[in-house]
Amino acid sequence: MAKGRRRRAWNLLAAALPRLGALVTVGLLAFVAGYVLWRGLPGLSWALLTQEESVLHGQVGIAPCILNTVYVIAVSLAAALPLGVGAAVYLTEYAPRRRLAAAVEFAAETLSGLPSILYAMVGSILFCTVLGLQKSLLAGSLTLAIMTLPTVIRATQESLKTVPRSYREGALGLGAGKWRTVRTVVLPSSVRGIAAGCILAAGRVVGESAVLLYTAGLSTAMQDFSSLSGLVKASGSTLTVALYVYAKERSDFTTAFAVATVLLFLTVLLNLTAGAVGRRR
Amino acid sequence: MGVLLAACALAAVVFLLLIALYLILAGLPAIRKAGLGEFLLGTVWDSTNAEAPRFGILPMLLTSLWGAAGAVVLGVPVGFFTAVYLAKAAPRPLARVLRPAVSLLAGIPSVVYGLVGMCALVPALRAALDLPAGDSLLAAVIVLAVMILPSVIDLTTTALEAVPREYEEGSLALGATEAETWLRVSAPAARSGIAAAVVLGVGRALGEAMAILMVAGNVPNMPGLLRSVRFLTTGIAIEMNYASPGSLQRQALFSIGLVLFVFILLVNLLLNRTLKGRKGA
Repeated sequence: MAKGRRRRAWNLLAAALPRLGALVTVGLLAFVAGYVLWRGLPGLSWALLTQEESVLHGQVGIAPCILNTVYVIAVSLAAALPLGVGAAVYLTEYAPRRRLAAAVEFAAETLSGLPSILYAMVGSILFCTVLGLQKSLLAGSLTLAIMTLPTVIRATQESLKTVPRSYREGALGLGAGKWRTVRTVVLPSSVRGIAAGCILAAGRVVGESAVLLYTAGLSTAMQDFSSLSGLVKASGSTLTVALYVYAKERSDFTTAFAVATVLLFLTVLLNLTAGAVGRRR
Repeated sequence: MGVLLAACALAAVVFLLLIALYLILAGLPAIRKAGLGEFLLGTVWDSTNAEAPRFGILPMLLTSLWGAAGAVVLGVPVGFFTAVYLAKAAPRPLARVLRPAVSLLAGIPSVVYGLVGMCALVPALRAALDLPAGDSLLAAVIVLAVMILPSVIDLTTTALEAVPREYEEGSLALGATEAETWLRVSAPAARSGIAAAVVLGVGRALGEAMAILMVAGNVPNMPGLLRSVRFLTTGIAIEMNYASPGSLQRQALFSIGLVLFVFILLVNLLLNRTLKGRKGA
């Protein structure tokens, strides 16, 4: 019974391979996370997180980079959220012309597949040069707004689709117009999904580096966020860019891994929040 | 209100057109100056040579293709079997823990992968293969394989879960073992989704810049597994901050961007085809 033996061997292999695959995947995650923590935790301290870097006093600090990251998340979401939600509402609630909807969906899909280095190039011409923003956090944030737009559109659309038809019919039956229905009934009941989409978009912004490296500047010094002109002119590195600068240009791996650890915690936090917000519907 | 919402929706289309327009406008002059044949097939990239700069991108073009192919060869089998495990073999509670782990793997910023690659993988390769330096195409391929893993797993799992239960029950009733059912019934039934996962992986690998910038060595050699190489994306990244605005060097970087854009559009087209094929089936 050579055939039976071969079948049994094949089966053993076929049952083992999926387990092996999963083991490799989990092992990779464990290795990356473990390695970052092992090299990063010793360099992590309260002072590092709250201080500004100073060559004079020989102190390292990534507080400016944390603030820059918050700035970039806030501004890019502030720009992408209204546009994305508006687009999604139009696509799912209005969209009288199929062709326009198809064009928008094609554009959003293509935008979401474009490499970030292309956004970096176009952002550096469009925002830094043509619109005269120079290399600034604002220019970087606006470039990232375009990049995260598809994420916001997609999440909002998914969320709008889960709102039951009867809600809309009820509102329309009570005499509400289209826009009133959307504003008072449809959007409030899909707020969770939109929020989850925003967290997803924030995750992309936190993880992005190429765009900011070429549109937002490299400085790790504290920026002046106290005035409007300061907000417009501020230019500096977010956490990811700082990691790159510390590792590649200053060969300061202690700080680089400490930043990586902060990023790892941030990623876990964003994933958990997105999961928690998205689940309870 | 409808008009305003339509404008939001159109924004995505406008952004895509702007990006395409800028890349074409900024990318064509250098290609025209160097000649399309010389640009695409030239084997020497010497952009900073003051007297006779050479702009041949064939080394980067081939490196990108080899890099993506290598990442797929390494990453797809692991991803496929992990997906089989998650969708079919894993006990429910375990799958519920592993899913978030996979999305965490997707959320880790690319610079963190680059940093771990730079500090753990590159020295390990140098020691294991007795090389003068570990920065190489091989290191980049391994990093890329890890980075495409989550999206391959995600799409494949979804595709496998969409296979009608009747197929599997029929197969089991005919006396096939579970492993035979997964690999000979479920997987073929999900093949268009798996194909889409592979294409998406290729797109991701072609577009990644920062992580491989940190491990590939960045010398524009013709590709060789153990050689220091430069990808299309890293070719742009490495010179972007140094090329002065308006110079031929900077224009040539935009030409590389244009080539990358065309590549990604082709991949997206292929992705749409495979996904549409699934809907039709």
